[in-house]
Amino acid sequence: MDFFRQHILSIVAFWPLAGMFVLLFMNKENKTLIRWWTNLVVFTGFLISLPLWFWFDRESSDKMQFVERFTWIQSLGADFHVGIDGITLLLIMLTTFLGPLAVLSSWSAIENRVKEYYAFMLMLQTGMLGVFISLDFFMFYVFWEVMLVPMYFLIGVWGGPRRLYAAIKFFLYTLVGSVLLLLGILALYFIYPGIAAQHPELVAQFGSAPTFNVLAFHAMAQYLPYNFQWWVFLAFFVGFAIKVPMFPFHTWLPDAHVEAPTAGSVILAGVLLKMGTYGFLRFSIPILPEGTKHFVPMMVALAIIAIVYGALVAMMQPDMKKLVAYSSVSHMGFVMLGMFALNPNGLNGSILQQINHGISTGALFLIVGIIYERRHTREIAQFGGLSTVMPVYATIFLIMTMSSIGLPLLNGFIGEFTIMMGALQVNLWWAVFGGAGIVLGAAYMLWLYQRTMFGKNENPANQNLLDLNARELATLIPLVIVAFWIGLYPAPFFKVLDKPVNKLVETVHPGYFKANAPQAARVVGETR
Amino acid sequence: MGQFFNLQDLGAIAPELELMLFGMILLIADLLVENKKWLGFISLGGIAWSGYFLLRLHGIHVTAYSGLLVIDEFSWFFKLLFLVGAALAIIISLKYLDIEREHHGEYYALILFATMGMMFMAGAMDLITLYISLETMAIATYILVGFLRGNQRSNEASLKYFLLGAFSSGVLLYGMSLLYGIAGSTRFTDIAEALEQRPGSDPISMIALVALCAGLFFKIAAVPFHQWTPDAYEGAPTSITAYMSVAVKAASFAMMVRIFWFAILPLRPHWVLILTVVSILTMSVGNIAAMTQTNIKRLLAYSSISHAGYIMLGLIAGNSTELNPTGVTGIVMYLFVYTFTNIGVWAVVVALRRKDIIGEQVDDLNGLIYKHPTAAVLMLIFLLSLAGMPPTSGFIAKYYLFAGLIESDHSKLAVIAVLNAAVSIYFYLRIVVAMFMKESNEKTGLALSPGIVVALAVALIFTLWIGFYPDPFIHLAREAVFLS
Repeated sequence: MDFFRQHILSIVAFWPLAGMFVLLFMNKENKTLIRWWTNLVVFTGFLISLPLWFWFDRESSDKMQFVERFTWIQSLGADFHVGIDGITLLLIMLTTFLGPLAVLSSWSAIENRVKEYYAFMLMLQTGMLGVFISLDFFMFYVFWEVMLVPMYFLIGVWGGPRRLYAAIKFFLYTLVGSVLLLLGILALYFIYPGIAAQHPELVAQFGSAPTFNVLAFHAMAQYLPYNFQWWVFLAFFVGFAIKVPMFPFHTWLPDAHVEAPTAGSVILAGVLLKMGTYGFLRFSIPILPEGTKHFVPMMVALAIIAIVYGALVAMMQPDMKKLVAYSSVSHMGFVMLGMFALNPNGLNGSILQQINHGISTGALFLIVGIIYERRHTREIAQFGGLSTVMPVYATIFLIMTMSSIGLPLLNGFIGEFTIMMGALQVNLWWAVFGGAGIVLGAAYMLWLYQRTMFGKNENPANQNLLDLNARELATLIPLVIVAFWIGLYPAPFFKVLDKPVNKLVETVHPGYFKANAPQAARVVGETR
Repeated sequence: MGQFFNLQDLGAIAPELELMLFGMILLIADLLVENKKWLGFISLGGIAWSGYFLLRLHGIHVTAYSGLLVIDEFSWFFKLLFLVGAALAIIISLKYLDIEREHHGEYYALILFATMGMMFMAGAMDLITLYISLETMAIATYILVGFLRGNQRSNEASLKYFLLGAFSSGVLLYGMSLLYGIAGSTRFTDIAEALEQRPGSDPISMIALVALCAGLFFKIAAVPFHQWTPDAYEGAPTSITAYMSVAVKAASFAMMVRIFWFAILPLRPHWVLILTVVSILTMSVGNIAAMTQTNIKRLLAYSSISHAGYIMLGLIAGNSTELNPTGVTGIVMYLFVYTFTNIGVWAVVVALRRKDIIGEQVDDLNGLIYKHPTAAVLMLIFLLSLAGMPPTSGFIAKYYLFAGLIESDHSKLAVIAVLNAAVSIYFYLRIVVAMFMKESNEKTGLALSPGIVVALAVALIFTLWIGFYPDPFIHLAREAVFLS
């Protein structure tokens, strides 16, 4: 048990990979065995990640916990260094939670080259977890890139008609961003020794040699020259903004989502996009506070454009999946708006909204995938009145629609409301545009629901559709439960976020809490 | 410095002498041995024996033949690389030559002679030695490129390569003669000293530099002197293409680094300018041209051009008087990594050549995942390594080159370079698409010969080992550039 506790992060991260290696030795004709095995691996993967939630010390949620550190490449100063704080805890739980649902959802959807498919799913799971737990920039970068390959194959082999185009577009966009990110990382790596030489406390803690230690970069943030921060922020921005994706780098997203198999879309929307936002939270903001402050207007402007533009484009989509994909652009705009409000409310809401987006959009992609599996089309015009033949399906769809548009009692409301509070504290207009986004979001989602679920069921192909089976229910019910949990009682989530968020705010605005004492007392988690 | 020829000098060139000896033996044995495969094994034995002598010279730093040659860590490293490259090329030739029905003894002898030339090149500290060893390598390679004598493309490639190669050697020789005129000596050290004394932008040294660069750029296939590469790579027997793309390329770079570092370092501000322009052109033209190729040998030829562009970055990194240690380490590391990864790629291409299938089009790889899953997955790993994706060795190599640029404040060049690296994934992925996402029309199976299996295994082990745990190799590379 002790061993497990000390190495829990590595075990959680590499568990799927170990499962993949076992999978490779299975006979590819034995599809049932492969399916059972993969489901077992990801489900146990979720179970072994649960202790993280219970063992996590909430009193010091801004400190890195479950830290493991070994020398990896000595000549480069790169270590195997993992650890999580409150922000990462939530993202890891999201990843291990969505993984089993995505894998389960592909049970009957994937009939072709089953073994490879599940091998890539497992590899992807390890890649994503690795990104979130890395505290060494070199290691982070390795995971960040590694994860591209399985996703590329998932889209390229098991995707829709334009899969080759979508897959290469996804790969190229992300890669262009990440190589610039690499240059930013290298710039930090080489500037460290010079700064450490002038500040003995850095040397005492992190040594004087060039390092990839993210904590060392956090500590040196206050000494970084403004000009340097400016450039590195720009390099990081390209890398992370493409991943989020922020306007105008979002064009790969609809293509990738529409062509990807359902499980691929769930993972893509649920987790992969969060890597971009996580990058801003973990690296851009705390390491480059001055640069961050300088670029706030640009970031917010892009976020607002994404909110409004994404919503408008979503409204006009004839294809259900594309609609949900564009709604992602809009929702991620919200996340970025809250984040760059750079106050406790905005950041809390932004992080919670990332989780919410994973839950609701993941569920919506599953819902679209279920109907696609039955009808082999996603065109909205093909459907209508489905609630008569698929009542359970229609109910869950309704719940998730409501969650997505931010109806109170459901998760989306909490996230959006907190973000709006944060935005309002900074600038009324930010909140006005954000509000417009919420209204538009309600419009396109409700319109989608109305066109597909209500009305008369006239299309003969839709007369005899089967309602959800047990397996499909099993993929959706957990999402519904979590949506209600966050909607009704979000305090446990805010509790792990409070301290890391306050620390972020303090980094960017030193003395924020002294200056805004009355406001600071109303930190969201405690009031609610 | 030993003033006279003595036994020690012979000891210093023992590895080269072994290769020459075995080359001679092979020529004679060719008359006696019926099954030519045995000649391949004899040549491998020769390489092994030469390698044994080389290993004994490890860590020894001597000057031989009164300063014509130097045995140092740099040359030691490259000699090892040439031997490995030659051995792997011979291993993948064994079956291939049978299929092409051109199995002759002189093939192996020529590879040994070319390798011997390369080994002298790496150690040359004198223009004459350098030039003679360069020609030894080049002439053997011209013949090898045209080795499929019944094949029109092979003959054409050989002739083109020979004509352009001879011309560029002439240009190079012109530059060398000017250097001799400046220094009154052919020794690198004397040349460096003499250039030190010259005024900043002395026209004579500029002409010498330009001629020298033109000749060297041809040898490493840098834009705008690259046109021979696709033709020669396409026409040559695939096993020789593999050999050229690793060993000949590495030797040319060893020569280039040697000259730029030891002979004309005083001209650094000028040649950095030239190299910067040429490197940007080489990366971009190589990558862009590779995108539209349908022949896999041509595609890889253009990819090798762009790799030459990256490697040059290692020479650019640094300030106005000195090279950047990270950058030079990057060159050595890159060539080391490139050798194994590239041999892996070419081994798969060689395996595609079957009884009556040419197997040179990208389409010939269609559906490889169904025909031979292992080959497809290995090819994927090698291609990702060429593209510089972690956690393969290619990433570590690119990392060093880019790090050298960032460390010495060449940020703009670094941005251009990384964008090129990112774009290059496009054409590597075209091969991946063919292998994994397309169905094949012809159903001829694919069987890997034992030689190919060995080469693939070696390539895979090093590609992943350097990718996951590069420490020992980084030490080796740093040692080669006198950093430890």
